[in-house]
Amino acid sequence: MIDEIREAAIRPIAKPGKWWGVLFAFLGLFVLAALATYVYQLKNGLGVTALKDGVFYGFYMTDLVTFIGISYGGAVVSAILRLTNAAWRAPITRLAEGMAVVSLILGAAFAIVDMGKLPHLWWVLVTPNPQSPVIWDIVAISTYVVATLIFFFLPLIPDSAILLNGSAHKFSSWRKKLYSMVSLKWKGVPAQRKTLARMMSLMAVLIIPLAISVHSVLAWVFAVTSREGWHSSIFGPYFVVGALFSGVAAVILVVSAFRKAYHLEKFIGQKQFRYMGLLMLVLGATYLYFTFAEFLTEGYVQYVNTVPFLRSLLAADYAPIFWPFVIFGLIIPILLVAIPKTRNVKGVTIAAALVVAGMWVKRFLIIVPPLRHGLFGITNPSYMGNWVEWVITLGAVAAIPFFLMLMFRLFPVLPIYEMQEIAEEQSQLQSKAGDAPSLKTE
Amino acid sequence: MGILADIQRHVFVVFITYKLPTTSRRNVCKDCYRDRRIVSQKMENKKEPGKLSISRRQFMRGAGALALAGAAGLAGLNQKSKIVLAEDDLKMESADHQWVLVFDLRYCDGCKQCTVACQEEHYLPKEAEWIKVYEMEGPLGQKYFLPKPCQQCANAPCVRVCPVVATYKTKDGVTLVDQQKCIGCRMCMAACPYDSRYFNWNDYPPVPSTLAKPTPEFPVPGVKGTVGKCEFCLHFMRFGKLPACVTACTMRAVFAGDLISDIFANPDESKKISTFLKENEAYRLKEELNTGPRVYYIAGHGERYTY
Repeated sequence: MIDEIREAAIRPIAKPGKWWGVLFAFLGLFVLAALATYVYQLKNGLGVTALKDGVFYGFYMTDLVTFIGISYGGAVVSAILRLTNAAWRAPITRLAEGMAVVSLILGAAFAIVDMGKLPHLWWVLVTPNPQSPVIWDIVAISTYVVATLIFFFLPLIPDSAILLNGSAHKFSSWRKKLYSMVSLKWKGVPAQRKTLARMMSLMAVLIIPLAISVHSVLAWVFAVTSREGWHSSIFGPYFVVGALFSGVAAVILVVSAFRKAYHLEKFIGQKQFRYMGLLMLVLGATYLYFTFAEFLTEGYVQYVNTVPFLRSLLAADYAPIFWPFVIFGLIIPILLVAIPKTRNVKGVTIAAALVVAGMWVKRFLIIVPPLRHGLFGITNPSYMGNWVEWVITLGAVAAIPFFLMLMFRLFPVLPIYEMQEIAEEQSQLQSKAGDAPSLKTE
Repeated sequence: MGILADIQRHVFVVFITYKLPTTSRRNVCKDCYRDRRIVSQKMENKKEPGKLSISRRQFMRGAGALALAGAAGLAGLNQKSKIVLAEDDLKMESADHQWVLVFDLRYCDGCKQCTVACQEEHYLPKEAEWIKVYEMEGPLGQKYFLPKPCQQCANAPCVRVCPVVATYKTKDGVTLVDQQKCIGCRMCMAACPYDSRYFNWNDYPPVPSTLAKPTPEFPVPGVKGTVGKCEFCLHFMRFGKLPACVTACTMRAVFAGDLISDIFANPDESKKISTFLKENEAYRLKEELNTGPRVYYIAGHGERYTY
């Protein structure tokens, strides 16, 4: 078993397969196009986008919230499931954490992309205003980036040592240098193992409040204004649950893709998909409830400024986007997981894909309609982004698999050390009890 | 000297904003309280907006202090000593004026001369209407026009949310934007309850080369990628001239004034502000938000308008 894990985890580093290069180049084209478009925008100003004085936040803000939300999947799998001792999580932790790192950095990058005057950014360090939610954001997101990087780095320490010493492959010298740097002279002696375990538990506890703070302050950027549709006390928890929901879905999607591409079916099976699917179901139902609660109280009172915005969302302009989101982004994914017949790898993956796309749409619907129906009874021109925003957004979507493919050329796609530990634990248990559940999937 | 003084000034501004409330502060910060005092004395018995059991200002100050504790060492400065310095700094400058605008809607026919004059004065692009005329409808379907410049809130939401203190209040009660600092995050546009802020999306239209360097008081030409807004024509007001919108209004529906000297004027006449506002039941926009606007309106629908 242990040899199999090592083989499967290290194979993509040495021989990624013949389609790897093709797909990598294909995704790279999108990323390059987005980068070129951003340079164009940087040169000509935000005026090249479809943003106007009426709707002044659009795709970039939507992307910012969506990408950072997706990164919550890493926190769920590595922190919450670790703390609850869910052994089945082990094979998907590396994928989840890798995805969290990539999407978080992309999300933070959208804060830069959305900024009108980048050369003035250094004033944030010189005269930060602690009353500003933007400063709360900067502090929370940068702390979270550091914590996520540490969380990603810690299990790489023993894995790099395994790559360096325990692998039959002959690595080039720069790789050897990299692995010996990351492995921090790991020998696997009991003292080291104990320290690592303590660090991991500490980070698992720390990352939960950090994650909650990030999406809370993101929500408060909107909620501390006096705009109808934004100014809502539910927004903090609403955003956090939405982030967890889309994060779990994104993990399922990434795991499903890499499982197929890197032939990890032996380690990642029905069990992981079923459990992650159920997690997604619970979070999705909570999100549905929050959405209902939010609109019920707003719609019941009918403040003069709320009515045009609510009407356009539920019955007019934005209704052809809103109701498909409710059906395809919430109800169908929930049903796909809830019905035992479709609660398999394929069904859960389809549900996850619907959720990830749907939650992008939902963030768009949170941000844009309240701006479109402005103050003093004004209706601003409609906003759907233009080619600049579409290219940059699509490029960022392509960047997630792009950077993950690159990441797993450098580091093993399965957490070898962690899986070994759990396998050892379970074989001990097995010898004691006889029939403890095995890591192997049915 | 330049940059250092600038940094120091803005550090002061940061620390003033979340200094804990003391009684002495009332005497120090004339910006925030003077006009409230005058208005509450002279305008009937209107309840003072700051008189809630815990005012929003206090609440935000607490929240700000909390945020600071969370971001421990963010500014890395000794808070206490800075506050004392900041008070001294404020005492040196006393406000001689508190500028206001008054719109007598009984005379407004919605011709938008004020908008045009403002755009000409500031060389603004067509989309940027620093003073914007809305067509409103009363409860009985009667139409009226509402010219709306920046309300220069005494308790300004935009100042609170600016991450870099690029937008700030002057001693004479006007909110300005330092476009040399603004990072273009547009949080102030989101926070403004009056939609009074405009972003410089594209290159600023050409301006005559004879103009002096842009300042927050007269940000012309504006910096692309930053936020601009009505600045009460401080470059006129501070030198005894009337703002562009006041001069341009052929209906004489717009007045500019000073709460301290209690006078307001248009090109034809000048009056005592407090009596006029009181006698004509002046109101302010969105009073319920507790922003304390410096723009007053006399209700009407152009009924007194005659050629």
